[in-house]
Amino acid sequence: MNGADTSWILTATALVLMMTMPGLALFYAGLVQAKNILSVLMHCVAIACLASILWFVLGYSLAFTEGNAFIGGLSRLGLAGIERDSLSGTIPESLWVIFQMTFAVITPALMVGAFVERIKFSAVLIIAGAWLLLVYVPVTHWVWGGGWLAQMGVIDFAGGIVVHVTAGVSAAVIALMLGSRDGFPNGVRPPHAPWMVMVGASLLWVGWFGFNGGSAVAANGDATMAILVTHLSAATASLVWMVIEWVKFGKPSIVGIVTGTIAGLATITPASGSVGPMGAIVLGLAGGVICFYAVDFVKSKMNIDDSLDVLAVHGVGGATGTLLLAFLLAFGSGGAGYGEGVTAFGQFGVQAIGVVATAIWSLVATVVIVWITKMLVGLRVDKEAETTGLDLAVHGETGYRH
Amino acid sequence: MKFIIAIIKPHKLDEVRDAIGALDISGMTVTEVRGYGRQRGHTEIYRGAEYEISYIPKLKLEIAVPDEKLDRAVDAIRETASEGKIGDGKIFVLDLEAAIRVRTGEGGESAL
Repeated sequence: MNGADTSWILTATALVLMMTMPGLALFYAGLVQAKNILSVLMHCVAIACLASILWFVLGYSLAFTEGNAFIGGLSRLGLAGIERDSLSGTIPESLWVIFQMTFAVITPALMVGAFVERIKFSAVLIIAGAWLLLVYVPVTHWVWGGGWLAQMGVIDFAGGIVVHVTAGVSAAVIALMLGSRDGFPNGVRPPHAPWMVMVGASLLWVGWFGFNGGSAVAANGDATMAILVTHLSAATASLVWMVIEWVKFGKPSIVGIVTGTIAGLATITPASGSVGPMGAIVLGLAGGVICFYAVDFVKSKMNIDDSLDVLAVHGVGGATGTLLLAFLLAFGSGGAGYGEGVTAFGQFGVQAIGVVATAIWSLVATVVIVWITKMLVGLRVDKEAETTGLDLAVHGETGYRH
Repeated sequence: MKFIIAIIKPHKLDEVRDAIGALDISGMTVTEVRGYGRQRGHTEIYRGAEYEISYIPKLKLEIAVPDEKLDRAVDAIRETASEGKIGDGKIFVLDLEAAIRVRTGEGGESAL
């Protein structure tokens, strides 16, 4: 066991959990109407707890133990066999379990942005739980658990494919099957607290240092470079989004600049272990521009009420980084470079297979999950509850008392 | 006695209050309200989507005055609240039938 590695991953674990609670929760809560703020916070907390328990029961085992190319084995069912001195590489295995658990927590929680303000709470729990086991766990095994994409040499350092493509594609599927919010697209209400969106985005930004830096699973130059490129990409994409808004609409907005932040963070995630600072700037530029136009494309052209833009910001950002990193491994100094016999276009092909296969699996599995959930408990609250707001109608609480 | 209801822009409150105070009018109730008039609403843009904001924040002032101070009070409000733009507000004047001071039970103008 290496004490330095262990202490850094302990720290990173705390940072990544903070991304969901309260980071993501506040980021999303500020974007909805005042009458639905508590429901969004509730979704994030309940999903975090549920995902943790499922990770303990069988998620970890199926993702990270030896199995076949598509799914892991059952040797760590209920975390059996993990003792105080069990090791995973240079860190205790118990630390590897909980570090990865924080990823399993935030990924289904990302999808909350697609179904806010109208979904049944029971449907949230069923969809999130089933999705964790049927989408997140297998894809994690494919990419990080020695599965078929890992064997092909796919590069996904911290979760461009595993986290962002899975959540982004599935979010759009859920939004489509659930239906739009009442009044979409012209009659929906604007974000109730842009300042809260900024607070949440800032917590996500800091937490992302643990997400990407921790994915080095060591206290070394890979971790520090990951944090450096993560920050540079986030700053670049934030400015890009701000400038586009400023030019296009005449005013630079706080919701805009921090949406750019998240786009830049999602874009650098898969590449954060293999590009240098110059590559990070390029990814920040690309992520900022592409995600900005993706928001309009999903909502206006595809007409999907992916309410808080999970597909456009997370899915598209993660896919952009995953694909472009193939060309940036040796761009400027600080990159990981190409392994022997690996070319930029060869790597791009592998990356593309990873993105497309993951997107297709996410789509198909989510359609089945949502369809079964609809049969079991239904998906939407009734019109009256939607008008009243989920806080009072579903949770019996009120966010703001005047 | 007259009852003045004035709708003004929020940032004009201090100026109006100073002008009303200078007339030795001893009370005013201020409420934050939303509404629309000829200014209508405005649009806000979040993540590229336009949202119509139909109701604009204003302040509602309620002031009870003796008849002889009405004209000066109305002028004071109008002069201080005006910026010469649509959206500056409105002043309504109503007859006031009675006024009672809660502490003493005094009625009429001496209760104002």
